[in-house]
Order: sequence, then C-alpha cells, then structure tokens
Amino acid sequence: MSLSSAGGAPRATGHREAGFRAAPGTPAPGTEVAVEVSHLRKAYGSTVAVDDVSFSVRQGEIFGVLGPNGAGKTTTVECVIGLRSPDSGDIRVAGFNPQTDREDLHAITGAQLQASALPARLKVSEILEMFHSFYLDPADLDEIMDALGLTEKRNDYYKSLSGGLKQRLSVALALIGNPQVAVLDEMTTGLDPQARRDTWGLIEGVRERGVTIILVTHYMDEAERLCDRVALLDRGRIVAIDTPEGLADRAGVNKRVRFVPSKPFDDRLLTDLPEVQGVQRDSEQVIVTGSGELANAVILTLAGAGVTATDLHLDSANLEDAFIQLTGRHLHDEFSGKRE
Amino acid sequence: MSVRASLLPVGTPRSAFGKLLKNETKIAWRVPIGLILGVAVPVLALVIFGSVPGMNKPAKSLGGLSYFSVYFPILIVFVLAVLSLISLPTHLATYREQGILRRISTTPVPPAWMLAAQLIINLALAALALAILVAAGTAGFGLGAPKAPGEFTLALLLTIAATFAIGLWVSAIARSAGAAGAIGQLFLYPLLFFAGLWLPRQRMAPVLKNISDWTPLGASVRALQDSMLGISPSAQPFLVLTAWAAIFAFLALRYFRWE
Repeated sequence: MSLSSAGGAPRATGHREAGFRAAPGTPAPGTEVAVEVSHLRKAYGSTVAVDDVSFSVRQGEIFGVLGPNGAGKTTTVECVIGLRSPDSGDIRVAGFNPQTDREDLHAITGAQLQASALPARLKVSEILEMFHSFYLDPADLDEIMDALGLTEKRNDYYKSLSGGLKQRLSVALALIGNPQVAVLDEMTTGLDPQARRDTWGLIEGVRERGVTIILVTHYMDEAERLCDRVALLDRGRIVAIDTPEGLADRAGVNKRVRFVPSKPFDDRLLTDLPEVQGVQRDSEQVIVTGSGELANAVILTLAGAGVTATDLHLDSANLEDAFIQLTGRHLHDEFSGKRE
Repeated sequence: MSVRASLLPVGTPRSAFGKLLKNETKIAWRVPIGLILGVAVPVLALVIFGSVPGMNKPAKSLGGLSYFSVYFPILIVFVLAVLSLISLPTHLATYREQGILRRISTTPVPPAWMLAAQLIINLALAALALAILVAAGTAGFGLGAPKAPGEFTLALLLTIAATFAIGLWVSAIARSAGAAGAIGQLFLYPLLFFAGLWLPRQRMAPVLKNISDWTPLGASVRALQDSMLGISPSAQPFLVLTAWAAIFAFLALRYFRWE
C-alpha cells in the first residue's frame, strides 16, 4: 500500500500529473524524446518474446518497465542498448539506431545487465578505473564510488564482494560514463532494504542531472517511488503505459481515506461530494472510499464545517492492484528465474 | 558482430586499451596459469633434460642426435601449444561464460580489444619462455646457435601464427571455460603426440611420421630441427604451418561471438 498523501513530493507529483494529462503513452509535446521504440518484435525460435511493443521516453524521465517473469522486459531493453537485434520494428536512442550506430550509442548509454559478472581477480577500484577510461567524458570516479558506498571496498577483489556490493558496482559502472540514457535491469534485486533505498536516492540524484533512465523492475514500491511513467508488460505485449497513479486510476480501484474526526459530523457532508462513493464508520474511525482527488475534497469539506481530520491515512490503489486489474494475473506469480 | 567491425572506434579513448591491458596483465600475474604451464614447466623441463647425464650424447635410435637436441624443439612447440590452446581460450571463454564480454560490448570499447589484450599477454609469455629456452638451450646446454637462423626464426613465427590461430578459433566457439578446456585439450594432446612428445619423430613408424608432417606441431618440429642442424629444410613444413594459420584465423574471425 502506498501512502502518497496529498502533500507528497511536489516535484514528482507535478511531473506525473503533467505526463498524465498530456498523453499517457507518449511524451508531452515540446519535450525531447530520448528513446523511441516502435512496433518492436523479437522471437526466439517459435517463442515470441516481444510483440509490437511501442513507447517513447522523454529526456530526463525515469521510465519503468514492469511485468512478470517472461513478459519480455529484458529482451526489450537489450534491444534498446543494442545487445539484441529486433526481428522488426524501429528503435532510436538519442536519434541513434542501436544496430547500425553502436559506437555512438555506447558512448552515450550506460547499462546494468542481468547475469553479467566482472573479472574475479580484479579489485573494485581497478574495475571502476578501467570502465572510467572507456568514456570520453566520464563522471567523477570518487563521487560515483562514494555515492554507491564502494569507497571502503575499493581494494577488495570482485570475487570477494557480496551480492549486494556486486550489484552496486554494476550500477556504478552503468553511470560512470556519464550517460545520457541509462538502462538498469533489476537494479536493486539482491540488495538489502537499506541499500535499495540508498540506490533509489542515487537514481533520483542522477535524474536531476537530466539523465534519462529506463528501469526494469518487478518491485512495485521501486516503480512507484522512482518512475514518472511505467509500461506494464505481459506476455511480450504492452498492457498499459501511464503514470503509476494513472495506472491505478485506470484500473478503477478505489482510493480510501481513513481518519478520526475532531468532532461529530453528518455523513451527508461527504456523500454529497462527487469524489466520494461511500462512507463507513468503524467505532471512532471514518472510512471514505472514492476516486480522484479524494483526500483533498474530504479535508477541505471537513475544514469548511469546522471538523479536523486527525490520524489521517490515504490508501491508494497501487501498481500491483493495477496489474491484476489489467491482466487478471498476479505480477509476482513466478519471478524466481532471472532471465527472460 | 564480426571482429573486423570497428576495431578503432572514434568515440573510444585510446588510453582505454592501456587500462584494459594493464588489468589483464594483473590478472595474468594473479592467476598465473599461463605463467606456470607455458613458461615455468617447459623451462624446468629443459633444465632437467639438460642436467641428466647422457642426454647430450648422440643416440643411434635417434639417427645420431642427442635426446636433448631432439626434445629442444618439442619443448618450444609445447610452450606455444599450451599458451595458445589452453591459456588463451579458457580465459576468454570464462569471460564469455560470465557475461564479461557481453558487459564490455555495451561500452564504447570494442570487445575485440579484450581479445587483443589477451593475445598480447600470451604472446609476451611465449616470447619470454622462448627467449629463456633458446638462450639456455643454445648457450647453457651447448646446442649451439641454429645453423640456419633465418629459417629457424621463420619456423618460430609461423608456429606462433598457426597455434594462436587454432587457439583463437577455440576461443571463438567455446561457450564456457569447460568447453574451451575440452576442445583445447582435444587439439593439444594429439598435436603434441605428433610433435613427438611421447615418441620422437625419429622413432615414429613411416605412416605416423607422414601424418606428423601434416600436423602443425609436427611440421614445426621438423622445420625447427632442420634449421637447428642447418639441413636445408624443405618448403613443405613452412607451407603446412601457413595453411593451418590461414584456415584457423579465417574460422576464428568468421565464428567469433561475444555471448
């Protein structure tokens, strides 16, 4: 359950609203498109991994690719960074075709791949310095090392690192070239909760520098916290593209506001509001269900009647609910395997 | 993608190759498979052969040559075979198996640079081992300088080309370190057999010796031996080596893959 209260991060909210109102599937007019995928199709033998997938990512956006195992998420982003060649469809990354402009593409992109190790008998600092030397205009080495908590481990061999540290190093390598577009595939898988939150903070910091990020994830909270827009993939096809809130709204799942009123009031005060569908009472607590800007409407109306809503909780539908609504399946049915 | 494609991309700092080579050199030192098998073992073998009494005496069963002079070129091809067929392919196949080549292929650095770095390192190890073997064999253990130094050098270079071409092909096709080791050894032991490691060419039955002449290491030992002794070597072993080098270099470039 996400508790995105009305007063949540103003930047994120503004961003998402703008994206949602402009057009859910495409970037707002006037913004530069960083990544454009049109009618992408990729099959392995008779198995169609990705079928007619199209989306646009605008510059500076964090774009989530979300779906269950085997949905085609990894195949999609591996086509975007030129690791796989599409059977049909067109991809442009900052105007470059990943198949024919590989050099240009790799100079401006960074990738964190699943299942890719690094030389066991190299030290963290040696790996970082080597990748740092691969780019003409790299990021600051010490800053990246510091941001990902690798400074203390700089003299450790790669093979001695824990899974979480390997993952952090992998994210560091994706960002070390100071990329315009970064593709992060299951970035926080294998990290402990604290490391996950640290990595999220880092990604938000990177976004502020204008880096476009495509984030493959199966974590709802990660997508809700970081992504401006999310593409829901299921069985190789896009089910929906929208802001996290937009997807929840679209799924038609009600929002719920719970509070304890400072003094008694008549239920009709709230049931008359267009946003409200129902009002229930559970001893002292009032539970209001509805949609739209439910919390604002409820609080303002109550305030107008001199009632203060204390101990306020807003339960909004999340991406998990949205996914179930839109596909009839659970997102987390079977994500034990990593490759798809 | 083929190896030929964009070996020198514009957007890649040239210093990146230096860093890559430096790190690969550190690994070669920290995991000294090539250093032990390709340098230490053959040098030690030479010292042992050279120190055992009687090894320097001409033997009738070897057509009047001493055991030491017969085994000297065999040790040379042993060095090249181990470095090219075992050390190089297992390292690169490990990188492929673990997705390291794949990871590097998403950077501006062409993965071919990794291949080049590994080639340079193994060739440097080969040069080190050969320098020690030739110096110790000719000066230290009294073999004397090759009587046909031009042919000797040419034979060495062609042997390097042939063995490393085969090694590159193994590197190109093996998906895993295990597969690389298996394919490498599938080449290594028969080739060393025909080089005369277990049964010197001088004592092979005519049919075996005939086959040996057409194998890269058999041809190499023949050319090296003849140029050591100053017997005007025939063109055949040189042509055989050139053919092996050309065929496997082509196959390696044709079938190389990063994943």
